[in-house]
Amino acid sequence: MQAILSQVMIGLVNGSFYAILSLGLAVIFGMLNIINFSHGALYTMGAFAAWMGLNYFGINYWAALILAPLVVGLFGMLIEKTMLRWLYKLDHLYGLLLTFGLALIIEGLFRNFYGASGLPYAGPEVFSGAFNLGFMILPKYRAWVIFASLSVCFATWFVIERTRLGAYLRAGTENPQLTQAFGINVPRMVTLTYGFGVALAGFAGVLAAPIYQVSPLMGSNIIIVVFAVVVIGGMGSILGSILTGLGLGVIEGLTKVVWPEASAIVVFLIMAIVLVTRPAGLFGREN
Amino acid sequence: MKKIWIAALICGLISSGAFAQSKVTDDIVKIGILTDMSGLYSDVGGEGAVIAAKMAVEDAGGKVLGKPIEVISSDHQNKADIAANKAREWFDTQKVDMIAELLNSAVGLAVQEVGKQKKRIIMNSGAAASRLTGADCSPYGVHWTYDTYALSNGTGKAMVKQGGDTWYFLTADYAFGKNLEKDTTAVVKANGGKVLGSVLHPLSSADFSGYLLQAQASKAKVIGLANAGGDTINSVKQANEFGITKGGQQLAGLLVFDTDIDSIGLPIAQGMYLTTGFYWDLNDDSRKWAKRFGERHKGKMPTMVQAGVYSQVSHYLKAIAAAGTDDADTVMKKMREMPINDFFAKNGVLREDGRMVHDMYLAQVKKPSESKGRWDNLKIIQTIPGEQAFRSLKDSECPLVKK
Repeated sequence: MQAILSQVMIGLVNGSFYAILSLGLAVIFGMLNIINFSHGALYTMGAFAAWMGLNYFGINYWAALILAPLVVGLFGMLIEKTMLRWLYKLDHLYGLLLTFGLALIIEGLFRNFYGASGLPYAGPEVFSGAFNLGFMILPKYRAWVIFASLSVCFATWFVIERTRLGAYLRAGTENPQLTQAFGINVPRMVTLTYGFGVALAGFAGVLAAPIYQVSPLMGSNIIIVVFAVVVIGGMGSILGSILTGLGLGVIEGLTKVVWPEASAIVVFLIMAIVLVTRPAGLFGREN
Repeated sequence: MKKIWIAALICGLISSGAFAQSKVTDDIVKIGILTDMSGLYSDVGGEGAVIAAKMAVEDAGGKVLGKPIEVISSDHQNKADIAANKAREWFDTQKVDMIAELLNSAVGLAVQEVGKQKKRIIMNSGAAASRLTGADCSPYGVHWTYDTYALSNGTGKAMVKQGGDTWYFLTADYAFGKNLEKDTTAVVKANGGKVLGSVLHPLSSADFSGYLLQAQASKAKVIGLANAGGDTINSVKQANEFGITKGGQQLAGLLVFDTDIDSIGLPIAQGMYLTTGFYWDLNDDSRKWAKRFGERHKGKMPTMVQAGVYSQVSHYLKAIAAAGTDDADTVMKKMREMPINDFFAKNGVLREDGRMVHDMYLAQVKKPSESKGRWDNLKIIQTIPGEQAFRSLKDSECPLVKK
């Protein structure tokens, strides 16, 4: 029992990363119809931005938590403005290939300059200890990760589903021409959405930096699982991707108790089952 | 009549081997470095291994028996099938004479098998599995730097002797991890210890906390990390985060490279025991070579794998020069006859099972206060003589060993 409870907690931490990354992917896919394969690389970039900020400019963790996503977001907007923009009229495949290529370039550059072993990044002092929950020791920093990512996920969901800005966004997704006719600058909104989506990845990168090594490989390790999460949750579904991310983190954690060797494939097994029974994903709409 | 005499003379010359001697096939000696250039082991081998091989070629004068030496390299992406295909392609169409490095045991075992079929020399530095010179040994296979037997023998014995008599393993789920766990289990048991359990994790995992909690719950005194590279780094870091070492359990990194310690940082890694085949700060020779290496490799110090690549390539070239041919059988015979003496090994011996026997070192990671600089990470606790470090021939499972 104790083992199961503690694995659920651990699963929630990993699930938080899945949730925040798949949320970014879902937002981007919903608005731009682009399968953003460079999401993992931008997550890596967020972590590296935090590391560089600390080591070159003395920027601490809290500032990095805001600055790194900004940097990544701006970089994303640049990509959108200069490259992605030309692909909207083409098949999904082109966007996927372009972003995949970008991912390889970004990761390759980091690997070239910093090697593959990764760089240490110390978390803030406040979170250096651990809580004793009785059934397990939970490092304070991990608790913070759950809190921070859930807050960001909820805020994103709220903005998109419950505010006027979100309404514009959703309208732009449904019918760009008509929305533009109402005087809303849709192209700018698209740019900002992409920037926001990848900024979420950058934010996750900063959150991950103290737990994992800041390594060029960190993105490619996680991104495949995150894609599976998006597929299971339903392409473009905001709430779906958050809940699925957390849920799959927990399932993966439990698998580590029952059958550790299978923990890397359990997500894909679920994906296969979902695709066969509900092709649009658990929370997706058939259209 | 005259023609018959000439024909007879030619036949005689060929059979006497006068032509076969002093001959380099294809007029070039080509060495292939097959390694992980981009994945989790790329700092351990990778570009550094290629640099080491090129340094060995330069130090040999760039030529052997008057023919040029060339080093080529390829990224096997840690996939055994890609590596085996590349090896076949190199041997069949690229005139490659010998393949070296081969980090990652799955790759090492697959490529050694290709060498066996093609009768070409395979010199392993990076792969760890002791099976390479055990049940899966090859007449053309050489295992240079270290192996799972030596690692477990060094670290395992030392930990049990210090009272760490109950163990739990975190094991990378492939040939290397399983081999390392098996060898260490044998050592722990032989020294009176007990293994309480183990958990297999997929290669290249990011999160180890789930596995670490199981290890913590086992109450074992020692948590043996039968993994390598990024997996070891993340295990050690997260064990610290979950207060495992503070809780009285000790970590035993069964395969830890200098680059791993550099990446983890001394504050977290300090006090950890490890066994290594080489350390750059061993003596004047090693320091001198490491400095040369560092100048070419962004100031990084060589890992034992990279140093081993230099040593094996230069031994191979010396053997060709001494044998007067690059014929695989003759060179293998010569390599076994010649002792290995360089900055890497003193009086090293290449045995019939393919094992290069040299001294190994039991080391401990320094405290931050003891370290004088970035790569000053280890203090050598004990030199383990080669005969004790590696599996003895009488216990060998290798069919080539005559008993």
